[in-house]
Amino acid sequence: MNLDSKIPDGPLADKWDKHKFNLKLVNPANKRKYEIIVVGTGLAGASAAASLAELGYKVKAFCFQDSPRRAHSIAAQGGINAAKNYRNDGDSVYRLFYDTIKGGDYRAREGNVYRLAQVSVNIIDQCVAQGVPFAREYGGLLDNRSFGGAQVSRTFYARGQTGQQLLLGAYSALERQVGLGTVKMYPRTEMLDLVVIDGQARGIVTRNLVTGEIESHAGHAVLLCTGGYGNVFYLSTNAQGSNATAAWRAHKKGAFFANPCFTQIHPTCIPVTGDHQSKLTLMSESLRNDGRVWVPKNKGDKRAPADIPENERDYFLERKYPSFGNLVPRDVASRNAKEQCDAGKGVGASGLAVYLDFADAIKRMGEDAVRAKYGNLFDMYEQITGENPYKVPMRIYPAVHYTMGGLWVDYNLMTTIPGLYALGEANFSDHGANRLGASALMQGLADGYFVIPYTIGDYLATTGPVALDVNHPAFKAAEKEVKDNIKKLLSINGNKTVTEYHRELGKIMWNYCGMARNAEGLTKAKGMIKALREDFWKNVKVIGDDANLNQNLEKASRVADFLELGELMVDDALHRNESCGGHFREEYQTEENEAKRDDENFSYVAAWEYKGPGQPEQLNKEELKFENVKPTQRSYK
Amino acid sequence: MNLTLKVWRQKDAKSKGQLVTYEAKDISPDMSFLEMIDVVNEDLIKKGEDPIAFDHDCREGICGMCSMYINGRAHGPKTGITTCQLHMRSFQDGDTIVIEPWRAAAFPVVKDLVVDRSAFDRIIQAGGFVSVNTGGVPDANAIPIPKKQADKAFDAATCIGCGACVASCKNGSAMLFVAAKVTQLALLPQGQVERKQRVENMVAQMEKEGFGACSNTGACSVECPKLIGQENIATLNREYIYAKLTSDNIPGSEAKK
Repeated sequence: MNLDSKIPDGPLADKWDKHKFNLKLVNPANKRKYEIIVVGTGLAGASAAASLAELGYKVKAFCFQDSPRRAHSIAAQGGINAAKNYRNDGDSVYRLFYDTIKGGDYRAREGNVYRLAQVSVNIIDQCVAQGVPFAREYGGLLDNRSFGGAQVSRTFYARGQTGQQLLLGAYSALERQVGLGTVKMYPRTEMLDLVVIDGQARGIVTRNLVTGEIESHAGHAVLLCTGGYGNVFYLSTNAQGSNATAAWRAHKKGAFFANPCFTQIHPTCIPVTGDHQSKLTLMSESLRNDGRVWVPKNKGDKRAPADIPENERDYFLERKYPSFGNLVPRDVASRNAKEQCDAGKGVGASGLAVYLDFADAIKRMGEDAVRAKYGNLFDMYEQITGENPYKVPMRIYPAVHYTMGGLWVDYNLMTTIPGLYALGEANFSDHGANRLGASALMQGLADGYFVIPYTIGDYLATTGPVALDVNHPAFKAAEKEVKDNIKKLLSINGNKTVTEYHRELGKIMWNYCGMARNAEGLTKAKGMIKALREDFWKNVKVIGDDANLNQNLEKASRVADFLELGELMVDDALHRNESCGGHFREEYQTEENEAKRDDENFSYVAAWEYKGPGQPEQLNKEELKFENVKPTQRSYK
Repeated sequence: MNLTLKVWRQKDAKSKGQLVTYEAKDISPDMSFLEMIDVVNEDLIKKGEDPIAFDHDCREGICGMCSMYINGRAHGPKTGITTCQLHMRSFQDGDTIVIEPWRAAAFPVVKDLVVDRSAFDRIIQAGGFVSVNTGGVPDANAIPIPKKQADKAFDAATCIGCGACVASCKNGSAMLFVAAKVTQLALLPQGQVERKQRVENMVAQMEKEGFGACSNTGACSVECPKLIGQENIATLNREYIYAKLTSDNIPGSEAKK
């Protein structure tokens, strides 16, 4: 299939304006004739649902949590980028575009990324107008800090709780519309299938998580704002409920899945302590502004950090990357931490950690200033580890955090199924092979507030307000499929729990498709996942019935999808015979152990097409064109 | 460590519930409280019994989903944290731990430890926002806000909507929750236009939802995982009285259910 990204031609800076003018409009009085389904209420979903309702569309919004305010965007800590150049330090839309393209290791589309940088400035305005309490300076203007992969300060923040404040802003806009009756909200409701009629997305099938009822909802368009799939790895910084089910089932109905192997491992997380662990907690990247990363110079040095003299410490990021130092992008920082630990220099009981040390910052700024800047993060660290980071350096290790891959979308955010859109982390479009810090919030809100309200009108105006019918055979067939699947899960009654399968899958993914990958390991992993999946369907134990709140059943259905998606991630990683960003194939590295891209053969988006159960997926390629930035070996030295 | 748990089990909103005793064995002090429940649930599943239903999601203290009443206190014995941030090192080997759902008339039990907190969403729908549509807003730096004021607004805005304040209050009052949002927006210039009608509508909705009145015992602030202070309730009262004294509205006329 020919994948048309629909990037408008013409100069980079004019593309979006030109495109907006060329998009068809829906007359204000006609908007109420269209119903739009929004799945997920994080930054992308809440902002989209609110903005579309404000325009006059009828919106139905769905989330699996008890309230839309709890979507996992809430947990983003560090900040949101915007090319405001309030600091007068040389920032511009073009520089944010350039940093993001380079940070993504030249595997993102120029057109999309430039638009993202353009609308970034509107996002900050919008959030301030909603009453989001960003950090300010004494003069009353907005404060900024710097983040990895950039040499300007363009990150807006609200202490260590930026995601929370931005989400509550979008949530309040959403609730305002719910109150006005323009959005109907369905909390504790999970999408379990997409309904496609005559090649167009026409609705979804959901399960009411409290009553177990399976319901059909029809719409003229469906927006998936359902986040990423990091929980394939079992341990990640994602929430317990974060899942890939909506996106994966849409994939099985015809939406291509792009670059599934591009996963981001975040360098600064609290290390794993044992098998009981259910999640990993992130320590914001902003800590790398003032914290210094180091390991002992000597292998197996088990002395307390305070007893290791300065000349026996290796500040490896500062040493290897003098110009970016501790603020190198996430993929580089993670890989270097792994390298040190693999070389036997890791610290802590497991040896799988490096120090993030604030002693110098405390000496320079004073403990109070450090507390004002990072207090809540330090408290969080102490709460989990029982150690006081004002006195001893933090121990950190990389953990799965974000997935750059996702459903393939064109410039309008439409998937390969007409009428089905994917926004935010659920799509693949803007971060290439590695996302820069403080860019996820930017992208989620850009998609929801400033892209989809324009692009969706074009599709709706073209297709018209046709009558919708949830009694169409396609809805009935999807409902039956969903019910059969649930029945099957409940009937197996084997002897292994869902969590056991999930943990096992996570180990396979982390060991073979994690920070470093190679063909041999990936091939092995593919077989292991297949065997695990087969065993799951024979031997899983799911308790209870389907007419009730049944969290065990919810999890089983999500893990079943992870077991399929995991294999596709491995396939994608295996086919991409190069290293780029978060995808590091050990066979392809420079002499200095940096990722070695192969632009001649792999400068494309890999979009996978589902071909039926048990069939290998088909690879489709969308060539990436670089007309403005010349792909080079990324250097942060 | 080994523990005895007494957990509230209730099949659904209509059924009667009761405390059921479970043994939690070989618990590591490094586990979070919810990970300890995970261990118990894995055992129950293996035995073919219905696992304990409980709300949880982010497990890092920010989503506000976890909601356990532990040994008579919301989010357990420590202050300033949620249940997911509570670690087993805060307990002793051999302890008996009583775990109940939030208890409040406005938060009906859904199942076991899961309650329905949608009343909070409806209070926000009544006025917890600034009525600006997407687009067409002024530049973010057009209106300077004194840092002190912005910081205070932030402190109020950190509310995670977990409902610990309501559960801890002997009256089942939602005053701290409402106060946090009213204070945040009353402090910011962006919130001024709707300042009066916001507080009127949110308070009216709060009363409609069946939350109790405030008698200033302060338990809510002690148990709030984000330590939102009593001064916010003072602000709410001040805002409310001022709005009512100068109101153009009939009280409660815009409250929705």
